Amino acid sequence: MSKQNESAMNRLNRIKPGTNILFNVIFIILGLSCVVPILYIFMISISSEASIRDYGYQFIPKEFSNAAYMFLWNERKTILHALWISIEVTAIGTVIGVALTTLMGYVLSRPGYKLKGFYTIVVFIPMIFSGGMIASYVVNSQMLKLSDTIWALVLPLCVSSFNVTISRTFFRQTIPDSIVESAKIDGASQLTIFTRIVLPISKPVLATIGLFLAFGYWNDWFQSSLYIRDDNLWSLQALLNNMQKNIEYLTKNPTIGLTLQDYKKAMPSEGVRMAIAFVVAVPIACIYPFFQKYFISGLTVGAVKG
Amino acid sequence: MRDKKTQKNAALKPVRRKRSRWSQDDTELTLLALPTTIWYALFSYLPMFGLILAFKDFKISAGKSFITSLLQSDWVGFKNFEFFVKSNQFSVILRNTILYNVVFIILGIILPVACAIMIDQIYSKRASKTYQTMMFLPHFMSWVVISYFVYAFLSPSQGLLNVILKGLGQDPIKWYQESKYWPFILTFMNTWKTLGYSMVVYLASITGIDTSLYEAAVLDGASKTQQARYITLPSLRPMIILMFIMNVGRIFSSDFGLFYQIPRGVTNSLWKVTETFDVYIYNMLQTNIPIGRTAAASFFQSIAGCITILIANGIVRKIDSDSALI
Repeated sequence: MSKQNESAMNRLNRIKPGTNILFNVIFIILGLSCVVPILYIFMISISSEASIRDYGYQFIPKEFSNAAYMFLWNERKTILHALWISIEVTAIGTVIGVALTTLMGYVLSRPGYKLKGFYTIVVFIPMIFSGGMIASYVVNSQMLKLSDTIWALVLPLCVSSFNVTISRTFFRQTIPDSIVESAKIDGASQLTIFTRIVLPISKPVLATIGLFLAFGYWNDWFQSSLYIRDDNLWSLQALLNNMQKNIEYLTKNPTIGLTLQDYKKAMPSEGVRMAIAFVVAVPIACIYPFFQKYFISGLTVGAVKG
Repeated sequence: MRDKKTQKNAALKPVRRKRSRWSQDDTELTLLALPTTIWYALFSYLPMFGLILAFKDFKISAGKSFITSLLQSDWVGFKNFEFFVKSNQFSVILRNTILYNVVFIILGIILPVACAIMIDQIYSKRASKTYQTMMFLPHFMSWVVISYFVYAFLSPSQGLLNVILKGLGQDPIKWYQESKYWPFILTFMNTWKTLGYSMVVYLASITGIDTSLYEAAVLDGASKTQQARYITLPSLRPMIILMFIMNVGRIFSSDFGLFYQIPRGVTNSLWKVTETFDVYIYNMLQTNIPIGRTAAASFFQSIAGCITILIANGIVRKIDSDSALI
C-alpha cells in the first residue's frame, strides 16, 4: 500500500476528536502525577523551616531559604563519599554483571555445545526456586564473609537468569552460525570469537543489560541495609534510608563558632531530608529519557521465548 | 521451554553422526561459562542448600567455622515450621501477601492494557511519546526516594493532604497510624510505580500487530471498540498470559521496598495491614530470634512460590500450550 493510501486509511480509522481530547486529558493527569512529586520535594527543600512549621509543605513556599543546601554543602564530605560509593558499586557491578551475563548467554546460544542442556537447566531453576532472603543472607555473611565489604553490594546482584535469557535470545537471533564457524576454521578460539566478533556486533544487548544493572545498583538500598554496618560504605540510597530514622547522623562538622549541640539544633532537618531525596532522584530523572528505548527493547526481547 | 523437543532433535543428529566426541570447542565454551557457573553455585545454589537451616537448631559454636557449627547443630525436624505456622502473625501475613498480590495482578493487567490501547489512539505521536516518558519515571525511582515523596503528602503535621484538610476545616488524619487507609495507599503506590512501565511493554506489542488486520476490519465497518475487542486484545493474549504466570509465581513474595519503606518501617499500629512475608522475615532477622525459625519462614515462602508457579504454568498449558513457560 502506498504512503498516501496508508495515511488516508489512518485518517479514516481514527478515534473521534472528542475522544482524542479526553484521552489527552487523562494522560496529562497521569503523566503529571508521576513528575510532580519530584518538583514538590524540591520546593519543600527550598522552603524555610519557619514557613514549613507554620504552613506545612507548600508547592510555593511563603518564604524561601537555601539553608538545607548550605547545610548539605557544609556536610559535603559525607554526601560526596556516599556518592562515590554509589558510583563505584554501580560501575564495578555493571561491568562484572555484563561480563558474566553475556558469557553465559553466548555459551547457551551455541547450537552444538555438549553441555547446553545442563547449563540451560542450571540457569532455569533459579527462576522458579530460590533459597530466599535468609539462606542468602547466611551464605553471604557467614560463609563468604561479605559483610561490610563493597562486594556485598556488588556480587549478589550481578547475574539474573532473566538477563541471561535476554542475552541468549539476542545472540541466537543475531549472530549467524556461519561467522562463528568460519572464524573457528581460521583457528580462532571461542574466547577470541566472543571478544572480537560477538561483542562488537552486540552493542544493543550490552546496552540493555548494562542499563538494567546500572539502574538496579544505583537504586539499591536493600543490600546495604542487610550487610553494611560501617558508615564508610553507605551509598546515597543507604544514607537516605538511614536518615529516615536518624538524621543527626549527618551532623559531623559544625560550622565554626557553634558547638555540636547548637549545630544539631540549628539544622533545617525538614528541608535537609527532602534536599537529599531530591539530590538522589535528580540524576536519574535527567538521564533516563535518553535510555528508555533500551529498556523497552530488552523487555520485548525478554518476552520472546526460545 | 517449548522448544525442548526441537532442541533435543537438533542436538541428537550431529551426536549420532559424530558419535559424541568431546571437542576442543566444548572445552573452550565450558571455560567461558565457568565464571558464571561459579557465581550460580555460590549465590543461587549454595543458598538452596542453606535451607537445611530451617530443620536445625542452629547455634554458632565458639571458635568453629560456620559449616562445622551448622553440621554439629541438632536436627529439630519441623519444629521451626511449627513455631512459625502457629504464631499469631502467620495467618495475617499470609492473608496480606496473597490479597495484595491478587489485587496487584488484576490491576496490573487491566490498567496497563487499557492505557496502552488508549495511548496508541492519540493523534499526536509526539504527545504520546511525552506522556510515556513522564509515566516511565516512577519505575526508575527507588522505594526509599518514593517514601520521601509519600511522606511529603502524608506527613501528619506538614503533609499536603492534611494541610488541605485543615484548609477545608476538617480534622487532620494521622496517616501513619491509621490502618484503614493503608490497603488503598499501598495499592495506589504500587500502581503508580508500575503503570507506566507495563503500559509501555504492552504498547510495544500493540505496535507489532500487523496493520492490515485493522485495515480489513475498517473495510468491514468495525468500530474502534470492536477493533480493540477482536484484534488488539487477542494479539496481546500471549504477553498477558506470560505476565500472569510470572506474577502468580511470585504470589508468596512481595515487593519488600513497597511494604517496608512506604509505611516507614511498619509501625506497630499498621502491621496488620502492611506486613508481608518479606517484611516479617526481614524484621525477624533484625532481632535475636534463632535463625532456624527465620529460615523456616523463608523456606516456606520459597516452596510455596515454587509450587504456585508450577500450578499456574500447568493450568496455562492446559488452556493454551503455546503460552506456557515450561
